[in-house]
Amino acid sequence: MFDQAESFVTADGRTIGAVMMEMKNITLRFGGVVAIKDISFDVREGEIRAIIGPNGAGKSSMLNVISGFYHPQEGEVWYKGARRPEMKPFEVARQGIARTFQNIALFEGMSVLDNVMTGRLNHMKSGILSQAIWYGKAEREETENRAVVERVIDFLEIQHIRKTPVSRLPYGLKKRVELARALAADPKLLLLDEPMAGMNVEEKEDMSRFILDVNDEFGTTIVLIEHDMGVVMDLSDRVVVMDYGKKIGDGPPDEVRNNQAVIDAYLGVAHD
Amino acid sequence: MTVTDSAGLVSIPALLARNASEFGDKAAYREKEFGIWQSWTWLEAVDQVEALALGLLSLGAEKGDHVAIAGRNRPYLYWAMLAAQSIGAVPVPIYQDAVGDEIAYVLDHCNARFIVAGDQEQVDKILDIRDSLKNLQTIIYLDPRGLRKYDHSMLKQYQSLQDEGRAARRDLGDELVKRQKAQTYDDTCVMLYTSGTTGRPKGVVLSNRNVIETSKNSSQFDDLGSSEEVLAYLPMAWVGDYTFSMGQALWTGFCVNCPESAETMMTDLREIGPTYYFAPPRVFENQLTNVMIRMEDAGSLKKWMFDKAMAHAKRVGPALLSGEPVGFMDRVKYFLGDIFIYGPLKNTLGLSRVRIGYTAGEAIGPELFDFYRSIGINLKQLYGQTEATVYVTIQPDGQVRADTVGVPAPGVEVRVGDNGEIYYRSPGVFVEYYNNPESTASTKDAEGWVATGDAGFFEEDTGHLRIIDRAKDVGKMADGRLFAPKYVENKLKFYPNILEAVVFGSSRDYCTAFVNIDLNAVGNWAERNNIAYGGYQELSQHPKVLDMIQAHIEETNQSIAQDPMLSGCQVSRFLVLHKELDADDGEMTRTRKVRRRTVEDKFDDLIAGLYGGAEFVETTTEVTYEDGRKGSISAKLELRDAAIAAEQQVAAQ
Repeated sequence: MFDQAESFVTADGRTIGAVMMEMKNITLRFGGVVAIKDISFDVREGEIRAIIGPNGAGKSSMLNVISGFYHPQEGEVWYKGARRPEMKPFEVARQGIARTFQNIALFEGMSVLDNVMTGRLNHMKSGILSQAIWYGKAEREETENRAVVERVIDFLEIQHIRKTPVSRLPYGLKKRVELARALAADPKLLLLDEPMAGMNVEEKEDMSRFILDVNDEFGTTIVLIEHDMGVVMDLSDRVVVMDYGKKIGDGPPDEVRNNQAVIDAYLGVAHD
Repeated sequence: MTVTDSAGLVSIPALLARNASEFGDKAAYREKEFGIWQSWTWLEAVDQVEALALGLLSLGAEKGDHVAIAGRNRPYLYWAMLAAQSIGAVPVPIYQDAVGDEIAYVLDHCNARFIVAGDQEQVDKILDIRDSLKNLQTIIYLDPRGLRKYDHSMLKQYQSLQDEGRAARRDLGDELVKRQKAQTYDDTCVMLYTSGTTGRPKGVVLSNRNVIETSKNSSQFDDLGSSEEVLAYLPMAWVGDYTFSMGQALWTGFCVNCPESAETMMTDLREIGPTYYFAPPRVFENQLTNVMIRMEDAGSLKKWMFDKAMAHAKRVGPALLSGEPVGFMDRVKYFLGDIFIYGPLKNTLGLSRVRIGYTAGEAIGPELFDFYRSIGINLKQLYGQTEATVYVTIQPDGQVRADTVGVPAPGVEVRVGDNGEIYYRSPGVFVEYYNNPESTASTKDAEGWVATGDAGFFEEDTGHLRIIDRAKDVGKMADGRLFAPKYVENKLKFYPNILEAVVFGSSRDYCTAFVNIDLNAVGNWAERNNIAYGGYQELSQHPKVLDMIQAHIEETNQSIAQDPMLSGCQVSRFLVLHKELDADDGEMTRTRKVRRRTVEDKFDDLIAGLYGGAEFVETTTEVTYEDGRKGSISAKLELRDAAIAAEQQVAAQ
């Protein structure tokens, strides 16, 4: 099913495009600790790609490699058909990759609107001076960016907390604001680090709906880490399974679910 | 500017055309979207309506077809109603939060051929019941989000239907004009389903005459003009919203504003500052509760100022509003209060510009009513029904009281039957219940008099009507004393901590009550008093909460004892319910009126406990979640006694 064909249509009618990002033989070490060991996988345009695995498997490290926060000692990252040189995270962001964080990283004292506006930072070109005096290009730019932000706010249904300081919001809504900020950057590739951790069933359903809608409406490619197996199986097109820094499975959810190595990793086996 | 002449204006689309030529560039509709108020002039509205009407014609819509409308208040959905009326079809707005089988019943009963749905949620509900809807041809949806991948054999996007309509103008334009011209004053204007406190909803057929005559009369009564601003936020399926946001808006040409979402309603209200405002008592109650909660958390200086100013307002405010004589010093004090407290408070409530405010749908607590009047908001009551196109009685300016519902509205005759039941006859009296001649005959007699089902009487000195209760709810207690549950419930509901109350006692020795606490108010109180709780159920059974509710009930008993006729209705035993009464569980109507019989049947074990003298009852209740799934909750409820106050006459002797 997942050969090198340029694009194909999934059972539920979504089009999955060509390979967008390819991780080739990535190894990441922190001193003597090997966090990621020789992992390769690809991400196709328009798909929802999940990375799962037990605690400490190296999932978040992998996301940090994609976002340019960590630089692997070995291996190559290919993005849009070219090898990506070592980049700073903001340079990666400019290439159209946005992310959310496992532990919410919003500006607590600022309003939801201002937080989401920071997602537009890479789209603002006017200088610090013209922004300070709110003149000419700066004014025009802010209006344009506000329009984009308002569409995101409408999309994620957070109009009622637009002016509320983030510190006053409950956890589930903060998570949604984080997603809004990432979406405001108008990303090609969206990285979600445990978007549903700590949520109740209703909040998880809402979030799942939003993730599917983002993928559907904007055609955004999504890589997500999640622990809730039900959610992963429902949402994702393909799943990478990691354990102790190694890849132990890769494929559509049904295939992964029946993979013996995956079952062992989750349920545990006797180590000799 | 006020419009009075109705010559030739025999349909709602005719009014639309008149507005476009008279007020063309004036804002007709506004909606907040993407953080800004988007607006449409009357001319733009006509363009939108015509395009959709032509689109419906291209789908083969016939005169008399029923077009159901489901969604939150949005200009597009009001236009959908206008478009349906333009081609001689009948719009049938339905409650957007109704669950599958309720919608199925209505759509099946009216044999809807087209449905205009607001979003994916509504479309999903309809697709679930598609098989039972034989006549359904097309679902027209507004917000395309999430619907892209759906099978479109039956679906059509609103704007794309409008585009098709515009493209077909050449072929169908004449037909549209012909259909509009063919309309008469007695053609059906709209069909509205009653919420039905008993039995199945009934489809009330209202003619152009009903709607236009009523809109004309009521607009003149309150001198409504084209410069009014209203916020349309009440369910579109409710006759009130139809009359205010369609009938009166089209008749006088005022602007209808739609909120961004249900959650932002209060913010939007503040931004628009309506001049003409309508809300059922529960909205006013929520607003007051929110203010009171925030005042509890305010600093001591602010709290002192607020209490002082409100006490003064309570004393002279209503008199000032009614134009009665008030002393000079009191006026000065009130003026100062207005600068420091009432003005900012009205602004916070979004009611600064309200010239005329109405409450109806249910009786309003006198304290609640006086609160709004005392800070200078001209809040009045009216009494009405879907079958009357709203208006039966109405309070004129300067004759406003909490315990009456006013004098007969212009053009309405009212009489009280021998059994105390209220009857009326007016140009607004409905044509019939759709496909239900028996009910029509039992409600409306040959001379056009309609039975309201409410019991009441006219006050001799003022000529104002007073409603006692639903005629069938008013009963006798075992010892023959009068039992009027609503009267007691309304008194209880005035306490911010009590959201809902249901009183029992017909043919019994004493009265008992179920109480729902208001989670906002009691939750806030719990926070301040360091009471930890995990949810509604746990909080509702907390001993301190029970103490608090008991104190409220005993206070209410004191006040009921003042009225010798009703002193038998004092509540002797009560319990706090472990769940909120909910329309999804059938315990309330969609307009949030308690279905007494359902509650009685559903919680019969609790009632048995209340009358059996039990101290605790264990119970399990089935609940329906918003998405239609079912679950159940179990709880152990404490049943308490409340002290009964001595009757007033006895005390006086």
